[in-house]
Amino acid sequence: MTLNLTINGVRVEAEEGESLLDVARRNGFEIPSLCHHEAVAAYGACRLCLVEVTKGGRKKLTTSCNYEVLGGIEVVTESAAIRRHRAMVLELILAEAPESATVKALAAEYGVTRSRFAASGAGEDRDGCILCGLCARVCAEVVGANALTFRKRGDNRQMGTPFVEEPQTCIACGACAWVCPTSCVGFDEQNGERKVHRWKRSLPLAKTEKGHAFAPQFQLFHFRKLAKLEADFYKKAPGER
Amino acid sequence: MELSRVDAIIERNGSRGASLLAILQDVQDEANYLPREALEHVSKRLELPLARVYAMATFFQAFHLEPRGKYVCTVCMGTACHVRGAARLVEQLERDLEVKSGGTTKDLQFTVEEVNCVGACALGPLVIINGEYHGTMTADRLTKTVEGLKKAEGGTR
Ligand code: SF4
Ligand code: SF4
Ligand code: FES
Repeated sequence: MTLNLTINGVRVEAEEGESLLDVARRNGFEIPSLCHHEAVAAYGACRLCLVEVTKGGRKKLTTSCNYEVLGGIEVVTESAAIRRHRAMVLELILAEAPESATVKALAAEYGVTRSRFAASGAGEDRDGCILCGLCARVCAEVVGANALTFRKRGDNRQMGTPFVEEPQTCIACGACAWVCPTSCVGFDEQNGERKVHRWKRSLPLAKTEKGHAFAPQFQLFHFRKLAKLEADFYKKAPGER
Repeated sequence: MELSRVDAIIERNGSRGASLLAILQDVQDEANYLPREALEHVSKRLELPLARVYAMATFFQAFHLEPRGKYVCTVCMGTACHVRGAARLVEQLERDLEVKSGGTTKDLQFTVEEVNCVGACALGPLVIINGEYHGTMTADRLTKTVEGLKKAEGGTR
């Protein structure tokens, strides 16, 4: 069913079940976000996508990534109050990831260049992580490896691997490093080995018939199984076929 | 912990994801903590990623991933107990048992921990040992109580 709503006074259409963030962006309205990715379910962790929604005469601030659109709502994506809230959120996030270029640039757009807060310092490996949960969602929902999880809660919450050890189900695909908004996972390929730094995972790369290092054996095995490919499918790299 | 015991617990609660919390509670009741092998076994049996089992095991304060002592000494650190010297009681326990607060003695006899308030402020300062409330505690009496427990265990320490 098609729904009608207004965003910043402009009438737009949406399909039932769509998120407000998706609808707004599709129509050209900019909303910042750090924990959202189209490939995985919304989670509402970063609080940056705050907008104002008026429904039945009542106004409220809400995150748009996990807000399902309704017919008749009026949405405002920019206002002094919204900017103030986002600036506060960014100041908190900047405290956790002061080195991140993405976070710094976004914060600067909201006039935040330094944070009055100290990093929570919850533990050895909270470095640069803003607990957005994207890595774990991608690893579970897209890769299917389920190698990552939040542990503990409140101040002590951390993202990591079970028992804080090299995760046995990790295929070193690098998807987590790719989606991490603060680039704090770290990932490289050297001497026939692929390493995912933050999770302390390293796997040897499989070689093709022609001797080219290609991808971690474990990852190829995983893909072969998912796509039901022949056992020797990866003896040739895509460019060698 | 024998894995057959874990199997029995899984049988009793039902081998499905929705039973995870109940299963972990029963494992902790029996073993006094959540042994790693038990978590790994539960993950296999319920066909749940280890990451999910581990997430739940670390989420709740009531779960412990390290072995706990036979006697768990919990010092109330609520405001009322605090102003009456609860911090000194913690220090006394740490000295007497040679273990840091939050830790367990090597012989697995005693665990020392703090809790924010148990709501028995009139009894403060308060120490709870295996569920038994010891009110208006003093450092001396605490030492004696602990000595008594050590003796009851055959004076091994
Ligand atoms: S590299 Fe490992 S942890 Fe990261 S998404 Fe891939 S399987 Fe998951
Ligand atoms: S490691 Fe990166 S992606 Fe994962 S929770 Fe932390 S900030 Fe988010
Ligand atoms: S994008 Fe909505 S809370 Fe992060």
